[in-house]
Amino acid sequence: MQTYIDKIREIAARLIKDDTIEMVLGFQEGTIPMISPPISVRTADDVEKLTWSSHCCINLANYLTDVKGKVAVFAKGCDCRSIVNHIAEGKVKREDVVIIGVPCNGMMERHTINNVFGDEIEEVVEEDDGTVIVRGKGREEKYRKSDLLRQSCRVCVHKNPVLYDELVADPVDVPEDIKRYEEVEKVEALEIDDRWNFFADLISTCIRCYACRDACPTCYCPTCFVDEAQPQWVGKGDEEPDVMTFHILRAFHTAGRCTDCGACVSSCPMTINMRAFTKKLEKDCLDLWDWEAGLTPDMRPALETYTPNDPEDNFK
Amino acid sequence: MRILQIQKTDWSAGLEKSRQEYTLFGPVKEGNNISKFRELAAGEEPDFSISTTTMSPKSVVFPQSEVMFTFTTDSASPDCNIMKVPEKSYSPRAIIGIRPFDAAAMSIVKMNFDTPDYRDPYWCDAYEACTFIGLAVTDPESCDFSTSTGTGPFDISGLDVLLVDTGEYFLAEVVTEKGSTWIHSAGFNNEADAESIEGLHSMREEAKKKIVSTVEFDTINKKETLELYNESYWDSISFSCLNCGTCTYVCPTCWCFDIQDETAHKNGRRMKNWDSCMFPNFTIHTTGHNPRNTKRMRVRQRFMHKLKYHQSKYDKGILCVGCGRCVTLCPVNIDIREVCKQMNNS
Repeated sequence: MQTYIDKIREIAARLIKDDTIEMVLGFQEGTIPMISPPISVRTADDVEKLTWSSHCCINLANYLTDVKGKVAVFAKGCDCRSIVNHIAEGKVKREDVVIIGVPCNGMMERHTINNVFGDEIEEVVEEDDGTVIVRGKGREEKYRKSDLLRQSCRVCVHKNPVLYDELVADPVDVPEDIKRYEEVEKVEALEIDDRWNFFADLISTCIRCYACRDACPTCYCPTCFVDEAQPQWVGKGDEEPDVMTFHILRAFHTAGRCTDCGACVSSCPMTINMRAFTKKLEKDCLDLWDWEAGLTPDMRPALETYTPNDPEDNFK
Repeated sequence: MRILQIQKTDWSAGLEKSRQEYTLFGPVKEGNNISKFRELAAGEEPDFSISTTTMSPKSVVFPQSEVMFTFTTDSASPDCNIMKVPEKSYSPRAIIGIRPFDAAAMSIVKMNFDTPDYRDPYWCDAYEACTFIGLAVTDPESCDFSTSTGTGPFDISGLDVLLVDTGEYFLAEVVTEKGSTWIHSAGFNNEADAESIEGLHSMREEAKKKIVSTVEFDTINKKETLELYNESYWDSISFSCLNCGTCTYVCPTCWCFDIQDETAHKNGRRMKNWDSCMFPNFTIHTTGHNPRNTKRMRVRQRFMHKLKYHQSKYDKGILCVGCGRCVTLCPVNIDIREVCKQMNNS
C-alpha cells in the first residue's frame, strides 16, 4: 500500500508543478477508522494529504461533473469506467481529465467489517500479505482481506483501469473463475411473490436520505425525479410504495450505465444492498446486448441506443 | 431524589407490569446491523446491548412521515372541504433505554416546537405523552463527545428516570414526578443502600473520564457571524459532501420538516415529512430561485446553525449533544468535531 501512496504523491506533485491542471482528486486519511474520504488538492503543500487504502469506497467520477477546468483524478477500475461513461454521455470531455489509473484489489466497507467484528472498531490495519488486523476495546482479530471485501469488489472483473493516462502500479491479476451473478441468480430463482418480498425487505429500513443517489456518478440529473414538484412523481414519505418507487426507478435509470462500483452501498447509513437492483440490470444488459458499461467512450449506453439485431421482437 | 435498586431478575416482570399503563418504546436491532427506537411488541424487551442506536429516538416524537390531516373536495361527501386530523393515540408512552444525550436532544428540539408563540400540536402532544427512562452510558463509543456539549453519559436533564447498569443490578435515579409514576407502575420500590449510591457516583465519574473526544465552541460565540460566514475553509469542508441527508436524518437535534400534500382524485392528505438543509429543494423558491444553490452554502448553513446561530439566539450552547452519529455515518467523513475546531480556532 505504501508503494501506492508514494507513487500517488509523486504523480500529484508532478502534475501540480507542471501547472496544467486545476486540481487533483484523490483520497485522504479519515478521522475515524474504515473511511478514506475524497479530497481535492490544489497546492504542492497539500500533496502529502493524499493517501490510498482499502477504504477508498467513494467513486471519484462523481466529483468530475461539477468542476471547471482540467482535473487529474486517481481512479480505480470502477471509477475509471464511470469516467468513460461520463465521456460517452458528454458529461466530461476526455481532454479535461487526466486519469491516473489505480489497479485495485478491492475495497472493504465499514458495514462488512462492523458485521464481522461485532463490537465497536477502533483501528483497522492492513498488512501487505493480505491480513487485516481489527482492534476494538480490549479485543483484536485477524482476518483475510478477501473475507472482508465488499460484495461489489468480490465479483469485480474490471479491477484494472480501462482508460488512463498513466498507472500508479502494474495491473493486478483478475481471477478467471469469478461468479459475477450468483447473487442475482438466487433472486431470479425465487417465485414472483418471494422476489417482491425480497426487495421489499431489502429497502424496509431505507430512510430516503438519498446517499445512494448522491454517491452515484451516474445520478447527475439536475433535478432528480423524486425532487420534482410539478408534477410530483412520487410521495416523499416513508411508506413502502414511495420508497420502492424511488429505488426501482433509480435502478432503471442507471441500467447500462452502472459500473457496480458499490459507492451506493458503502454510503448507505442503513447498510442497504441496493446493488441487488442494479446488478440484475447489469446482467440483463450483458445477456441481451452483450453490453457492459464504461468500457469504451465511443458507444452510447445500451438503453440509449438501438441496433437492428435487438433481441426484442417488437423492436425489429 | 429517590434512588432505587432493581434486581435484574425483577426487570422483565416490572417492564411487563408497566405495560398495563404505558406503551413501551425502546432500542432494537433491525436489518443488517442497524438499530433504532420503535414501539416494542408484546413480550419484546429493549436491547440494552446497543450503545448508540443508528437512528436517534427522535422518531418516537417526530416520525419521519406523519399525516397532519386528510381532506376531500368531493361535494357528495359530508366531509367535503373539511380538514380532518386523523385519530392519534397520545396515551402514556415510556421510552425505555434512551441515552442521556438523546433525551437532552429532545429538550433542545422542544425549544423549536413549543414556543410562547407557536405550539406544534403533533410534536408536543407526543412529547408530553412520553416518560423518558434513560440508560446511562457506562461504556462510551469513541465518537461520543457528549461531555463537552453540556450533556454527558449520566446527564439527567432530559430524563424522568436514569437507569444505571452496574452489571449485577440496575440503579434507578428517579428524576421527576413522571418518572416516579412509571417506577410505581412497574412496581419497583426497593430503595438503594448508601453503598450502591456511592457506586453510582463513582461510575458516573468513571464514564465521564472514558470520553476523550471533545469539542470547544467558546470563541465561536464571540466571533462575528459574518466573519465565520465568509471564511474560505467552507470550500475544503464542503468539497467532498454528497449533499445526502444522512447527517440531518440521524441527528437527534435536527428538527426540520417539509409539508407535502398527497392527492388522489378528490381525496388527499397533508404530510409532515423530515426534511434536510443538505437538499437543494430545502430552500428553493416558487420562482425557481434558490438562495442556497451550492453545496458549499448548504454545508455552511448546517454548521453555522448548529455551532453559531443557535448559540447566538439562545445562548444555551450548541445545537448538538455529541452523540457522534453524524461522525460515524457520514459517507465522506465530514466530522463536526473537526469543523467545530476550525471555526473555533482559526
